[in-house]
Amino acid sequence: MSKTQKTGTSLLRSLLNAWSWLFLVLILGFFEIYAQLEAGNTFLFRAYNLQSIAVASSQILLLALGLTLVIVAGHIDLSIGFTTGLSAVVMALVIRAAGPDAGLLAVILAMLVGVGAAIVVGLVNGWLVAKLDVPSFIGTLGTYGVARGAALIVAGGATVSIRSDEARAFGNGDLLGVPIPVVVAIVLAVGCHYLLTYTKFGVHTYALGANRASVERAGVDVNKLLIKLFVISAVTAGIGGLVYTGRFSAGAANAGEPILLYAVAAVFIGGASLTGGQGTIIGTVIGAIIIAVIQFGLVFTGLPPYWQFVAVGLVIIVAVLVDQSKSKLTGGRV
Amino acid sequence: MSALLQVKGLKKRFGGNEAVSNVNFEVNAGECVVLAGDNGAGKSTVIKMISGVYTPTEGEVYFDGNLLTGQSPEGVRNAGIETIYQDLSLADNLDPGLNLYLGREKTKSVMGFTFLDRAQMRKDAAEVMKGLGIVVPDPSAPVRDLSGGQRQAIAIARAIHWKAKLVIMDEPTAALGVPEQREVMALIHRLKEQGVGIILISHNLPDIFAAADRIIVLARGVVGGERRPAETNDEEIVRLMMGATA
Ligand SMILES: Nc1ncnc2c1ncn2[C@@H]1O[C@H](COP(=O)(O)OP(=O)(O)O)[C@@H](O)[C@H]1O
Ligand SMILES: [Mg+2]
Repeated sequence: MSKTQKTGTSLLRSLLNAWSWLFLVLILGFFEIYAQLEAGNTFLFRAYNLQSIAVASSQILLLALGLTLVIVAGHIDLSIGFTTGLSAVVMALVIRAAGPDAGLLAVILAMLVGVGAAIVVGLVNGWLVAKLDVPSFIGTLGTYGVARGAALIVAGGATVSIRSDEARAFGNGDLLGVPIPVVVAIVLAVGCHYLLTYTKFGVHTYALGANRASVERAGVDVNKLLIKLFVISAVTAGIGGLVYTGRFSAGAANAGEPILLYAVAAVFIGGASLTGGQGTIIGTVIGAIIIAVIQFGLVFTGLPPYWQFVAVGLVIIVAVLVDQSKSKLTGGRV
Repeated sequence: MSALLQVKGLKKRFGGNEAVSNVNFEVNAGECVVLAGDNGAGKSTVIKMISGVYTPTEGEVYFDGNLLTGQSPEGVRNAGIETIYQDLSLADNLDPGLNLYLGREKTKSVMGFTFLDRAQMRKDAAEVMKGLGIVVPDPSAPVRDLSGGQRQAIAIARAIHWKAKLVIMDEPTAALGVPEQREVMALIHRLKEQGVGIILISHNLPDIFAAADRIIVLARGVVGGERRPAETNDEEIVRLMMGATA
């Protein structure tokens, strides 16, 4: 390979690595120009729009953060769609059981029990994949169904509405002007980024995604690692359920189901690969923001809301094509 | 002084099939012993009984005078025997430093939080590689960007860095081009200079003669002969590999 060819390839590779940033700038620019031309006002520089996008991205992120770790390890967790719902319903039920003037303590307890329910799902996933060697796609599809059924059963098939100022404040309040769901997502994103980038646990996760033999040979307990990964995935999805119950003063079994596809999409748009070994939290954050901007922007333009499904679907396909050309550039080895 | 490694009467049976029997040999410090033999001769089975992957049906392995047989692969590695399998067990998406330290990463503490010390691990990796005569152009690039020979060097660097006294290599040149095969041969010589004992598995004659201090030929699960390179030739080794009796 000649020198100029080599620089050309590495330039192309960096462009492909940064494509999600470029894409985000592009769609933001598009909606801004559209707003200026069509309505003579601004899309970007309005607090309400930014807040709506931020809250929508947080709800996607809460499912996508733990999922990123699982996908980097070369696995998938489909159960999070209903882990979110299960934890939302459980939190609502505990608050309801505590009675009408349940205070802050009862809400905190309810949150702990909600996340506890999520952890159970995570442990089962980890056990299936690590100890029983069930492929994660199948295993978590199974727990997706089980968590769905469990959420519907405990909720009696209905939405569990609650009356709690504390819970409502958790979902709708703000901290120095930043909505609390966004604060929660930021804190968890920083935590997951730390785990994945700066700890041994993170290195082992990347290594597991690239070559299981490499971590086994290094004496790492791969089963334990897998169980931890699925528990983290369940915990962030479960916290997503808490935020849902807070935002709507109600827990619903299908709280996470419409977001599952978006969460998976966010991770892949962010640079992860189905074969594992790559992906970052920062990438996933960008992916979640892209999807939220598309959702909100299309509504903003007045198109029927169904167009967002088409648009997000197209972005997923682009993300996969980018991933494929990246692996071609690296000689097919991923 | 007794040998670094002593293999005594190893036998391995898989069901009714006796894959290997009555295998005896020794390896001294700084010596390269080639285990030669055709496909299916039992070479991999022998080294897996040394590295703790298989438990021998009969026989023992002694290392530094201590009984090794019965240890887990982990225990064998901690005792000072590093096995480099053909796939090298590298994580292709990580840099040489992280591959060198995988499972025993270096960390530093910043304001009460523990962080990986990537810079230090990279520096250490570059240093060990330099000792092997290899300069990695970009120490932060994932090892998938490196050549086959450089990737071998990382696996070997890992053995050196963790103070292995014996390195076992299973057909290290099988998947490499000619220049890279030469690189690996040079690496083997540097390991020997550092006093490391080597068991090299091969059925490639030029490699065998380039690396060996002693050649042990396996044929159909038994030792067909043991030779020094100076007292034998290609023809004889091939005959022994084909199963002619010595
Ligand atoms: N795990 C195993 N189970 C059953 N038979 C095996 C196993 N491993 C190796 N063998 C048999 O042992 C013999 C020697 O194999 P192997 O040690 O891999 O030879 P080599 O490495 O010299 O090519 C072969 O007949 C092979 O089929
Ligand atoms: Mg073999």
